[in-house]
Amino acid sequence: MYGNDFAAEDAPGGGLLGQVEAAEAALREAAARGRRGAPEPGEDLEAYFADVIDADQKIEPRDWMPEAYRRTLIRQIAQHAHSEIIGMQPEGNWISRAPSLKRKAILLAKVQDEAGHGLYLYAAAETLGISRDELVELLISGRQKYSSIFNYPTLTWADVGAIGWLVDGAAIVNQVPLCRCSYGPYARAMIRVCKEESFHQRQGYEILHTLSHGTPAQKAMAQDAIDRWWYPSLAMFGPPDGDSTHSAQSMAWKIKRFSNDELRQRFVDMCVQQAEILGLTLPDADLRWNDERQAYDYTQPDYDELMRVIKGDGPCNRQRMEHRRRAHDEGAWVREAAAAYAAKQAERQKEKIAA
Amino acid sequence: MSQESTPLWEVFVRARRGLSHTHVGSLHAPDAELALRNARDLYTRRQEGVSIWVVPAGAITASSPDEKDAFFDPAADKVYRHPTFYEVPDGVAHL
Amino acid sequence: MNGPFDFTLAIGDDALIAAQRLAEWTSHAPEMEEDIALANIALDQLGAARLLLTYAGELEGAGRDEDALAYLRDDREFRNCLLVELPNGDFAVTMVKLLLLAAYQVPLYTALAGCADERLAAIGAKARKESAYHLDHASLWVKRLGDGTEESHRRTQAALEQLWPYHHELFTADPAAPVDPATLRADFDATVSAVLDEAGLTRPEGGWAPAGGREGVHTEELSYLLAEMQVLHRAHPGARW
Repeated sequence: MYGNDFAAEDAPGGGLLGQVEAAEAALREAAARGRRGAPEPGEDLEAYFADVIDADQKIEPRDWMPEAYRRTLIRQIAQHAHSEIIGMQPEGNWISRAPSLKRKAILLAKVQDEAGHGLYLYAAAETLGISRDELVELLISGRQKYSSIFNYPTLTWADVGAIGWLVDGAAIVNQVPLCRCSYGPYARAMIRVCKEESFHQRQGYEILHTLSHGTPAQKAMAQDAIDRWWYPSLAMFGPPDGDSTHSAQSMAWKIKRFSNDELRQRFVDMCVQQAEILGLTLPDADLRWNDERQAYDYTQPDYDELMRVIKGDGPCNRQRMEHRRRAHDEGAWVREAAAAYAAKQAERQKEKIAA
Repeated sequence: MSQESTPLWEVFVRARRGLSHTHVGSLHAPDAELALRNARDLYTRRQEGVSIWVVPAGAITASSPDEKDAFFDPAADKVYRHPTFYEVPDGVAHL
Repeated sequence: MNGPFDFTLAIGDDALIAAQRLAEWTSHAPEMEEDIALANIALDQLGAARLLLTYAGELEGAGRDEDALAYLRDDREFRNCLLVELPNGDFAVTMVKLLLLAAYQVPLYTALAGCADERLAAIGAKARKESAYHLDHASLWVKRLGDGTEESHRRTQAALEQLWPYHHELFTADPAAPVDPATLRADFDATVSAVLDEAGLTRPEGGWAPAGGREGVHTEELSYLLAEMQVLHRAHPGARW
């Protein structure tokens, strides 16, 4: 629908999901608008690339692109994919102990979705000319990182709620603008991911809402989870703008659409009211509305801690990596068997045709 | 294990009767049969499809209409996958 | 066993314990694509378990819902077959176990779909399609593992040797039940034989036929499984989740 772009905030089913739908509509519109054909012979390829980006058109896999654009995207999409795959662990930790069969089913479906999102994103990364095997190797050798939030432990059931509400909430705020990323396969994967993640955030909020309106022990469990997850969630938006190394170029290429601090502020502003309805307290004594800025003032997360966790010294870094490596290693014989079977079948097929 | 022993497949899904198959992404599988099963599990978890094609280099494999029941029905009752399933208390914005 | 309550509880417990075991694979599967498939199958089993336990609670008429039945019974009160409670082992054990279970559940649910009890018939009609998919998945993998590499063949034959004795319990006669399990045996044999033949696997010999699950006499494994599954629910009596 034309103009949905601007009405997203108030659109029916608005909020973040509305923004995702608006991004999807914009993608279709841009595709329909005066399309740039292939570059003329002898045309300056960099100028051609810049033209496409300026026109808010999507760069597609076989287009020419600057090597740095390709590298930046591979790194970002891969790290995003790794985060989904490693992110299965902290929540997966509670599937076996989920307190009702309904919650068990929802959590299992959610963790399964994370695997699906990882695979959508690996598929998007592969369009840039890197293989899944290489990507997996980069993850398990530790040469590429994943979101540091997943290096914190899930100690109680309420942590599953806090991850859904805060961690998935922060992820969505980060990801919604990526639905408008200039690289087509990434933008399309993000649209799909964001639509599915919306269910994740709601299930987290619902868990916390039920706990905070339950027994005193349940409410205490919910508050404790928020106390532990609030600052790490704020840190998910990355270092403050002044210290962020990749931002300016990524913004120019329309890979990134907003700065870390802008997104962090947006997240804080969203959470305050939601926490009130939960009847739970965000652990920040200095959190207050600033009328001048029309936004909440808040305490920054501990960025030194963020750097320590990124470097490998978070509570669960070693455990998460070991788990991923073990799954990969223990699966080797199965993958070999499947490959051997496929080769035998292909051989039999050939013999049948020859006969 | 050898590098790249698991081939890449492109996946096409027909979302509803009357529409053509649309490319939805790719996945890895050792052979066509498993590629089709993986595609069903990965790309139609929310009833997004009535038919799937998986395409390795040059070849096309499609799910047969006869298999449709067992193939797609199981997702029908998993309403918790859709965001509208959740009760959001009145007045909560941006969720 | 007698009557629809015991029967419904037994097949509901089969599905629940199978779901709990399959869900243990989450984030451990040999390929990421397979992680998604195993979770799907676990979700199907869990979905069937919920319908069956809810209905069992109604048949009993003592006010127990699905969660009361799942979380507040001890191992001696569970009625699942021993097969589903055995540990996952490696991927070969899991796939052979799924093959045996699905080859039993497909004819079971198919027969249920045509039984006189409307609720069981509806559950059977829904679960039959899901089980057909599980059978398809397990068959594909057992063929690949059996006819893959030497190692995969060895592991899969070993899995079959380990699990085979436990399938007998599934077909203990119970003429009073809505579906007499003894009537499902021929279907099971035909399905499993075809897959094993194609996979190049040998059906084990021997007369050992461990049983007792349907009377609440389990292996040592079940109590551990339940301890984990029930710990949180039991720590907060009466709480809503």
